[in-house]
Amino acid sequence: MSDFIAQHPVVVISLIKVIVLMILMMTALAYLSWFERKMVAHIQSRWGPYRVGPHGLLQPLADGLKFLFKEDPTPGGVDRLTYFLAPFLAMSLALSAIAVIPFGPGQPIEILKGHPTGLQIADVNIGLLFLFAITSLGVYGVALGGWSSNSKYPLLGGLRSSAQMISYELAMTMSVVGVVLLAGSFNLREIIEKQHGHWFGIPQWNLLAQPLPQVIGFFCYFVAAIAETNRVPFDLPEAETELVAGFHTEYASFKFAMFFLAEYANMITVSCLATLLFFGGWLSPFPATARFAWTLYLPAALLAVGAVWLFVDGLRYTTRLGRIVMPILALAAAGLAVVCALPGVMEIVQGPFWFLSKVFCFLFFYVWARGTLPRFRYDQLMAFGWKLLLPLSLANVVLTSAMLLVSRK
Amino acid sequence: MVPSFYYLVLSAILFGLGVVGFVFKRNIITIFMAIELMLNAVNLAFVTFSRHLGQLNGQVFVFFVIVVAAAEAAVGLAIIILIAKHRQSLNVERVDLLKL
Amino acid sequence: MNAELIVFVVLAGIAVLGAVSLIVQRHPIRSALSLIVVMVALAGLYLLQGAELVAAIQIIVYAGAIMVLFVFVIMLLNAGEEERTNLSRVARYVGLPLAFFLMLQLAYWIGRGAPGHAAPAAPETTKGLSQMLFTTFVLPFELTSILILVAILGAVVLAKRES
Repeated sequence: MSDFIAQHPVVVISLIKVIVLMILMMTALAYLSWFERKMVAHIQSRWGPYRVGPHGLLQPLADGLKFLFKEDPTPGGVDRLTYFLAPFLAMSLALSAIAVIPFGPGQPIEILKGHPTGLQIADVNIGLLFLFAITSLGVYGVALGGWSSNSKYPLLGGLRSSAQMISYELAMTMSVVGVVLLAGSFNLREIIEKQHGHWFGIPQWNLLAQPLPQVIGFFCYFVAAIAETNRVPFDLPEAETELVAGFHTEYASFKFAMFFLAEYANMITVSCLATLLFFGGWLSPFPATARFAWTLYLPAALLAVGAVWLFVDGLRYTTRLGRIVMPILALAAAGLAVVCALPGVMEIVQGPFWFLSKVFCFLFFYVWARGTLPRFRYDQLMAFGWKLLLPLSLANVVLTSAMLLVSRK
Repeated sequence: MVPSFYYLVLSAILFGLGVVGFVFKRNIITIFMAIELMLNAVNLAFVTFSRHLGQLNGQVFVFFVIVVAAAEAAVGLAIIILIAKHRQSLNVERVDLLKL
Repeated sequence: MNAELIVFVVLAGIAVLGAVSLIVQRHPIRSALSLIVVMVALAGLYLLQGAELVAAIQIIVYAGAIMVLFVFVIMLLNAGEEERTNLSRVARYVGLPLAFFLMLQLAYWIGRGAPGHAAPAAPETTKGLSQMLFTTFVLPFELTSILILVAILGAVVLAKRES
């Protein structure tokens, strides 16, 4: 056993990384659903889940148990293979996209002795194209799910949804070409490395990079990505008031949970990609000079503030479970804060901290849009994608190449 | 190191299976898919030769084959939809008159 | 029995099984799914040979767009299972062996064209490929863009003939 480990270190390290990332990812997906419900509720002047555990924190667990134990009927007349395949396909594709996303720079950690490894499962030279390939294949989950249900509303919802996805996929991939031109590579690490440095105090993220700040590219990318993940305001094909529930109408407990989680995983992937391509990934917005050395303590400081708040709120909580659990969580957060301030751990934590905070901002924006915006009608949606976003992203490509040519003359 | 011969044999097998599908199936769409299978087999042969000879020309050709297959699929499927609407059937044995 | 050979055998097996399934299945949607499996397996084989950009294009364009078109058409036309007619005797006893013989011939004659060992994999295929596309092959590149435009026009005209 230990000599299998010695002879195949790469396999073992990758396996460990995959297991850790899967656990983190599933927890993140579960709590993303909690976050969405709480936030949409607060936007609508009500509380979200409040009873199941302190502040509704055990709600995802309750939902998970419900999905496991609920009856799973299969409608008659479905095409069995595709009916069972579609949710698995959607979920597995959505989860495998995380494999190429880098969370931090360099090779800081050593899972096995003597083999320093980076915070990324697979450093592929065509990392960006891999993500687009996964997105392209994701259309099948929706189309096959809708068709195999042998029912009108899912069929229409599935066809509309997949037509929308392939239309916005074009705008999404074209809008990223500007970034690829600036970086000269499809490798996600190299794209982030090119965004290093500050120009008169402005961080050189691709959003603000010279020679052409990729603002149009970012706008096109993010709007197309929201449409691609079938979220508000582009969620007509799966809105409850429109097409019953679109392509996942006939899916019950566990399979519906898979579609649902696949949608959230797609949201997370898209947000990660937006931070990597346009917002500098793991790079800090502050320059790495001595004047800003205090920013290295930001993760520890934020965790400490969170710990204090949790402690104070926990002691005054209404239920006894809350009064016990929340101070324990507060102590755990305080412990993490102390660990993040230790000199060895501090440098490793910087990269993932900035990356995760930017991803969190994007997810916040997604949920905010869900709570606030009305949805597009289907013909407006398609017209917007083909007649506005695609020409705009093409114009971005032309402009970026022109500016690059001029600045490199 | 997998010898190029293995890839070429695989390409020949896939091409042969595409021919079998093209000749023996009766659904228009399945016949079209067998054509796409043949194109894919040819792509594999191109990539194998490109790797074997150390040149990139083969991969450029694969790029063009994929693009042409896309154009062909678009127009071909439009024609198939028209035929299916006229003949109410996707059976290729029913489309055997010059007059539609 | 190194790792590359094992991966090749697995991917080749998946590709052949997918191709056989394409022929054997009676419902067109299952044939379409089998073809998608073949394409993904072939993309894996391209990656194994170091052709990264081609593998990515195969999945993004071929498996992710062209096959979606096929799947849409099958769904729109509500294609059902094929009618069961037996193959004629000639087809079954002469045709299938002839097809097998064709495969053998192709394997022999094409296989003869690759003697000796393969050259080592080029490291930067994406860059090399794009440079070739824009210098040596720029004319076919521009012609294919016109071809795609013509195909779009043709598809629109054909689809509009209904109304």
